[in-house]
Amino acid sequence: MSLQPVKFYQTGTFTVGNRLLAPEERSVQANMERTNSLNSGHRACQGCGEALGARYAIDAAMIASQGQLVAANATGCLEVFSTPYPETSWQIPWIHSLFGNAAAVATGIAAAIKVKKAKGQGGDVRVVAQGGDGGTTDIGFGCLSGMFERNDDVLYICYDNGGYMNTGVQRSSATPPAARTATTMPVGPEPGNAFGQGKFVPAIAMAHEIPYVATATVADLRDLEYKVKKAMTFRGARYIQILVPCPLGWGAASHDTIRLSRLAKETGTFPVFEAEYGEITSSSKIRRLLPVEEYLKPQKRFAHLFGKTPAIDTIARLQAIADKNIRRYQMLDKEAN
Amino acid sequence: MLKQTEGSHAVAEAVALCRPEVICAYPISPQTHIVEGIGEMVKSGELTDCEFLNVESEFAAMSVAIGSSAAGARTYTATASQGLLFMVEAVFNASGLGLPIVMTVANRAIGAPINIWNDHSDSLSQRDCGWIQLFAETNQEALDLHIQAFKLAEEVSLPVMVCMDGFILTHAYERVDMPTQAQVDAYLPPYEPRQVLDPAEPVSMGAMVGPEAFMEVRYLAHAKQMHALELIPQLGDEFKKVFGRDSGGLIRSYSIDDAETVVVAMGSILGTIKDVVDEMRADGEKIGVLGITSFRPFPITAIREALKNAKRVVVLEKSLAVGRGGILASDVRKALRKQPVDVFTVIAGLGGRAITKKSLHALFLKLALETEESLTFLDLDWGVVNRQLERERQTRRSGPAAENMLRDIGTVASKIA
Repeated sequence: MSLQPVKFYQTGTFTVGNRLLAPEERSVQANMERTNSLNSGHRACQGCGEALGARYAIDAAMIASQGQLVAANATGCLEVFSTPYPETSWQIPWIHSLFGNAAAVATGIAAAIKVKKAKGQGGDVRVVAQGGDGGTTDIGFGCLSGMFERNDDVLYICYDNGGYMNTGVQRSSATPPAARTATTMPVGPEPGNAFGQGKFVPAIAMAHEIPYVATATVADLRDLEYKVKKAMTFRGARYIQILVPCPLGWGAASHDTIRLSRLAKETGTFPVFEAEYGEITSSSKIRRLLPVEEYLKPQKRFAHLFGKTPAIDTIARLQAIADKNIRRYQMLDKEAN
Repeated sequence: MLKQTEGSHAVAEAVALCRPEVICAYPISPQTHIVEGIGEMVKSGELTDCEFLNVESEFAAMSVAIGSSAAGARTYTATASQGLLFMVEAVFNASGLGLPIVMTVANRAIGAPINIWNDHSDSLSQRDCGWIQLFAETNQEALDLHIQAFKLAEEVSLPVMVCMDGFILTHAYERVDMPTQAQVDAYLPPYEPRQVLDPAEPVSMGAMVGPEAFMEVRYLAHAKQMHALELIPQLGDEFKKVFGRDSGGLIRSYSIDDAETVVVAMGSILGTIKDVVDEMRADGEKIGVLGITSFRPFPITAIREALKNAKRVVVLEKSLAVGRGGILASDVRKALRKQPVDVFTVIAGLGGRAITKKSLHALFLKLALETEESLTFLDLDWGVVNRQLERERQTRRSGPAAENMLRDIGTVASKIA
């Protein structure tokens, strides 16, 4: 065999180091013309997955909209660390109103833009709304569902770190079962968060049959950029949920943000897929299937599962959830595995 | 143009004449006819360049209004009662952001017990939310105040509530003089926002403000309302020039010059009070009326001046500060704190209880003989109240008592004394 396809990625990673690619194939972040929508100098923690996700997502949306973008932001870490008055990290028009209304504020902005455009007083400006999982899956859920149902022309991005990190790591409806939070302490006969039915908003978004739904993680930033850009090719309501590890809330090392994001997918804990009009159109395949322990162990929020007597039953239940995800979202490439 | 129309429809037409760009609607009685009217105008194409959004809650309605106003669109919504309370967080946010949204509040009681009829509990519960609050006496004034409200809101960069009595005004068919589009255009210029979400000039709105500046931000909100105190009469004068009638202003007096007793009130009840005052004047009583149009900002100086010769002031209000007494009365009392005058508080018409001329006549005669400031609940059925108090003495049991009262009265009709 004389010819071998050249691979620029390091084996086993999705590193964005893509200097050797042709310019048009490079990531938005590798583009000298990127907007730095969320500029440096903000006050996110070291290793913050949300800051990373927001930077990539909004810069990609800026490229896709030729710089014609307005953002509405829910209350939360992203809002607090980016805009301590009189400083702001936002290089784009940005508004923060309340915790639970980012989707509705974005709807209002989109309505105003539509009227202004019809009157010949404004251009084709696009709207994104963004918030954490608390602001999206809990307190902002009514406004989000309303925005979906009306098919308002808004891209909503949820940065999912599985809890209310800004207020001190309390449980949200996106907190995984068994996880320790300040309101689900690892005490008593069933330590950590309860096993409920779960509230996976991407699936609920799909049930609204909106034009585009996707999930992504900050481990695969090329995929994240691709999905944001793809979302911007649709009109109407669109939803992207990005898994963004929180070193503080998860009890994880700052340098493990990318590794944990990858493990969330590789263990089946967090399915990465996209869907159009309520039907799944693609899912990212697991490269090397791993047991959920690999994902759980590096996080102190699951430490109580791995004491002197490991909580085998609980881990098995978490594995069962991952197995179900793998089946439901077809996360295994049958030929490869 | 003179026409016979429903109050809600008159307001809908007036709002349409103001060339709104975004309207969001969520149904709650008795406000529904207003947004239904505007919605139909948008859908039929009669009102152009306007987005009409049916949203999923009042919280969303005010949030959509925040977004559209921040993006530079003239924005309107309407609500009442529980709806106003459901949007409260966004109501405060809209004024904090300085967004000139105009909202009709079709005043209605707040539950529990649930009650759809008129009183002023809803908007008065929002007295400190930073919005300007204007109260209409008639449907004509409700219509006129909406046109003034957009101009006022955009001048001072604050949201304005136009409060009109639910059902009593919203559902009453009356003659109104509907202005022409040319008149409204002459009075109300297009909205030019001071700051807008625009990619050409990116701004961050709604940033976090710590202790180092929060006090100053709040003071400036107060200063804007104080500025509105000057602006409201001016806008009323300008309105008269264009439309040829008196409407708006801070306060409105009636037979007050030589009055020893002055009744202070807000909203549609002023009409009934004026009728009673006419009757009592015919009997030789020196009594007059002071209507308050601008509840926020509260026109302390204007009220003090208007009441400088009064010997007794009766504040009749459709609201109750439970555990305290009157809300409006407390504000009026403050305005008169250095004047040798007694202020009598009358709570009346809660939950739509009819306020009749007969009751008012008897009340004013009775209060004329009192020498100590008092708190009166007009036409309270003491029999029902005492029976319930006796029950509570005998049986220690918490929980709602409303059902007991209804059983005692044995009627579901509204009570007219």
